[in-house]
Amino acid sequence: MESFLLILRRDFRLAFRRWSELATPLMFFVIVASLFPLAASPDASQLRDSGSAVLWMSALLSSLLALDGLFRADAEDGSMEQLILSPAPLGLIVLAKILAHWVVSGVPLLLLAPLIALSFYLPADALPTLIIALALATPTLSVLAAIGAALTVSARGGGAIIGLLVLPLTAPVLIFGTRATELAVTGESTLGPLYLLAALAVFALSLGPLAASAAVKVAME
Amino acid sequence: MNTASPPQLRPFKVESLEVWRGESCLFAGLDFAMGPGQAALVTGANGSGKTTLLRVLAGMTLPAAGAVTWSGTPVHRLDPAQRADIAYQGHLDGLKKELTVAENMAFYSTFWNGRQVLEELLEELRLNECRDRQVRYLSAGQRCRAALGCMRLKPAKLWLLDEPLTNLDARGAELVAEWLTAHTNAGGLAVVATHQREHIAQAASVEIEL
Repeated sequence: MESFLLILRRDFRLAFRRWSELATPLMFFVIVASLFPLAASPDASQLRDSGSAVLWMSALLSSLLALDGLFRADAEDGSMEQLILSPAPLGLIVLAKILAHWVVSGVPLLLLAPLIALSFYLPADALPTLIIALALATPTLSVLAAIGAALTVSARGGGAIIGLLVLPLTAPVLIFGTRATELAVTGESTLGPLYLLAALAVFALSLGPLAASAAVKVAME
Repeated sequence: MNTASPPQLRPFKVESLEVWRGESCLFAGLDFAMGPGQAALVTGANGSGKTTLLRVLAGMTLPAAGAVTWSGTPVHRLDPAQRADIAYQGHLDGLKKELTVAENMAFYSTFWNGRQVLEELLEELRLNECRDRQVRYLSAGQRCRAALGCMRLKPAKLWLLDEPLTNLDARGAELVAEWLTAHTNAGGLAVVATHQREHIAQAASVEIEL
């Protein structure tokens, strides 16, 4: 547990010393979402219809982009070798890294999402549900992207491969996330998809770090 | 090979090890066993497999055949507590460029549950004046010394050092030799791969040529 907190603290400190890397996926999220109305129609009712889909797709892509380098820096400077030869279980270390990354990249995304939603004329009543759904979905996306990042840690051009590996697996998150948002927009009960998102998050967080740590070990050989 | 101590007292065993890189066999049939207080020197030309051997010994690369065991367990299956018995310092320094020397060393010291001798180590390594400088602004030699300092903080029984002297000046090389002697005198084990054997030779009791 102590080593979990230690890794968490180290990764927070590192994140703040290279904050520009954190800003990139967030800016990507904002820009993709704001370009959409230019390509589609600026009509309010059409924007409201496509808004939740656009939001979720941009959030999905930006979290993939953010997680791409999760293990690469550690692999390149040799820290990963030291972490593997440590008394702490690697799964716990991986979970700490994912959590640290989620706090610095996922939480700002949660805060930005309502602003984007308003620009798509989503009703203000739907915003709390949107934030809850994103808060439940982004940890799952982070874990999935972490498994992809672990598998591609030593592959050149990892960014593109990670998309191929991970995007098909994100389908359930996308389905339940957009469903919850749409139900909230039309004012119906959103509990069903939210429970399913929560179940997915529990599943991903309990097994994902083990898969990612096994992948890291294979990649470091 | 040195057979000073009886076999049951030699916890680190390498049996008929065979290692390949791609299509070529680097070495085969490597056997040795080491007990407390022994240091092995690995020498060989570039590309002879010194780095790969050390990675295999650390359990990070699987050999094509043969076994490496630490207290009877294959090294790639050690449980976490046993993994902490092994300190490995390869070509990569394991330091975070954005953190200062002191922050890096403090991290490893706590992470290893290690020895609280940070101040003495900084003094010994002549890193006091750059302790609060980020690692990215250090010279290669200073970086190398900081990495060795992190390794020294780990309370490990077996040291695996890959070319520890490459970027060090004469005083740095002397310090590594002193550390090795102190480590083996305290019952530790070490395997050191190096081209500068003259600095290490007197601390080593076993020599492996690849």
